[in-house]
Amino acid sequence: MLKINNLHASVEDKAILKGINLEVKPGEVHAIMGPNGSGKSTLASVIAGKEEYEVEEGEIILNGEDIEELSAEERAHKGVFLSFQYPVEIPGVTVTNFMKTAINETRKAKGLEDMPANEMLKLIREKSELLEIDRKFLSRSLNEGFSGGEKKRNEIFQMAMLEPKLAILDETDSGLDIDALRIVANGVNKLKSKDNATIVITHYQRLLDYIVPDYVHVLYNGRIVKSGTKELAHELEAKGYDWIKEEIGA
Amino acid sequence: MELKEKLVSSFMAFENTIDIDSPVHDIRVDAIKNFEAEGFPTKKQEAWKYTSLNSVLKNDFSVFPKETGALDYKDVKQYFIHDIDSYKIIFIDGKYSSHLSATTHDGIDVCLMSAALNKPKYKLIIDNYFNKIATKDSLSSLNTAFSAEGAYIHIPKNKVVEKPIQIIHFSTGNEAALMLQPRNLIVVGENSHVQIIERHQSLTDNPTLTNSVTEIFANKRAIVDYYKIQNDKQSASLIDNTFINQKQESIAKVHTFSFGGKLTRNNLNFYQNGERIDSTMKGITIIGDKQHVDHNTLVHHIEPNCESHQDYKGIFDANSTGVFNGKVVVEKEAQKTNAFQANNNILVSDKATINTKPQLEIFADDVKCSHGCTIGQLDESAMFYLRSRGIPEKEARGLLMYAFSNNVLDSVAIPEIKSRITKLIAQKLGVNIGFDL
Repeated sequence: MLKINNLHASVEDKAILKGINLEVKPGEVHAIMGPNGSGKSTLASVIAGKEEYEVEEGEIILNGEDIEELSAEERAHKGVFLSFQYPVEIPGVTVTNFMKTAINETRKAKGLEDMPANEMLKLIREKSELLEIDRKFLSRSLNEGFSGGEKKRNEIFQMAMLEPKLAILDETDSGLDIDALRIVANGVNKLKSKDNATIVITHYQRLLDYIVPDYVHVLYNGRIVKSGTKELAHELEAKGYDWIKEEIGA
Repeated sequence: MELKEKLVSSFMAFENTIDIDSPVHDIRVDAIKNFEAEGFPTKKQEAWKYTSLNSVLKNDFSVFPKETGALDYKDVKQYFIHDIDSYKIIFIDGKYSSHLSATTHDGIDVCLMSAALNKPKYKLIIDNYFNKIATKDSLSSLNTAFSAEGAYIHIPKNKVVEKPIQIIHFSTGNEAALMLQPRNLIVVGENSHVQIIERHQSLTDNPTLTNSVTEIFANKRAIVDYYKIQNDKQSASLIDNTFINQKQESIAKVHTFSFGGKLTRNNLNFYQNGERIDSTMKGITIIGDKQHVDHNTLVHHIEPNCESHQDYKGIFDANSTGVFNGKVVVEKEAQKTNAFQANNNILVSDKATINTKPQLEIFADDVKCSHGCTIGQLDESAMFYLRSRGIPEKEARGLLMYAFSNNVLDSVAIPEIKSRITKLIAQKLGVNIGFDL
């Protein structure tokens, strides 16, 4: 599914990623943990194609294709989805119309006709039920005045609508109370299949009680310094990150 | 012959066509003297620093069209807000078109300036209102000198006019170049409510210059809701001089949608002569090519406890130029004034220009006045967000620009106008946003 080889990336000449190697196979859930400033969100943005990051070395292979030169929208069309830590407010564009535009642009890129309106409505109904989203919510302006929990739930709703192959959840648990966390995690789990993969980026172990990872990686100072199974996440929760820093001699 | 000389010398010929015994005659004579003394404004004047009329004035405009073209409704239907029942005052090349119009004298007068100026039954209104608030600047004076035709709307007190009134000026290109000077007078009685839509539309590539003057009187507790749709051809230029005199507790709102035309200058002036008055002016400007749109606004707070709200959004592409000059004057007596002004702009192209200049003159000490101007590009993180959802760059830009300008439409009271403007915005920004789902 995803293979990242020796990825180096910088922003404004400041090196942030310093040689990332990561392989994610279909059906897997990978968690990327690490202290603040270790490069977690940068990695998510670089995979999704944010232009302000300069990839200086290495490659990002999605299903056998190097996507490093592709624009963010082209990567989305190939099945990459990023759930944002801070979703952007778009006044005047409703959640429904935004999704309609996103889905039809993706279909257009694949040479398909627009999705018929009744099919779209059915899909919206189905996916909003999955995320326990009220119908009224869908006619509100995208993210405008949404609570932290509503924003994250809306991100996962978009993910459900777009059915990505590779979903990257960037700090999806931040700002969520326990009920919202359960709904969001439940949504993510229901969307899991043997054909798609999920990367969960988080600072805390809490989310991983609900979305159970197959692998856990620790990102520190732009490198993956330790990988393991879900037990590693528990260890990090109990002991913090300092022992890792000592272990790698930082 | 220069346009100025041509206009001054044709004034005599114009006088032969009208009743020189009417009281308006003296007003016209004074006005042409004003214009002759001052001439067209130049960039040397502060109020015209960023807008030059030179390229427009070099045309050899015909000031009295010899004959007017004929139009079929089906050919110009698209310029009407055609999905609502409305009164219509329609002009073709400056002449009234009874064929396209729907006027009334049933309890209200929705008719013609020529009738109001000439018929004795309107004399009292003309004596009381005509040219009472239009300023004596050269362009308004020029219009006053030649004032003969336009819309005349008189709503007596306690009338809610159910149907909006559309005023449309078409030019057909019968003349190689045409100058029009429509003159509108709108008097709204106590407690009355009226909605008006104004548009100037050229139908060919022959140059036109419209120098329009509209005087609006909103009496006590009257509500005036005015929409200006400016989406003209590249050959058409418009100087719109609008003056609104408000009495106590009246509400006046003017929305100006500027999407096209060679040069557009909006001189929009509010005078608050009473307490607890509300004045709102909002605008969306979306232009490209070498288009030029200049909003020159004034709110004169004269008495206490009044409000004014200004919100202008501009999106400038290619070599276009925008000007916003918003002046707010708060007199010493106008305590407890709330005056808000915002002008936010996006420059899409490196070659586009915006000149924005708030001008606050506050002589009272217990007021709330705020103003803010921004000039920026689109937010890159918002762009990334949209693109990461599969929306291509061009559509993402359009969507963000739509979102940027959209809140101006919140105060549009006529749903058909809102949907028309929404579609125009989407069309101007080149996006297909699924509004209909």
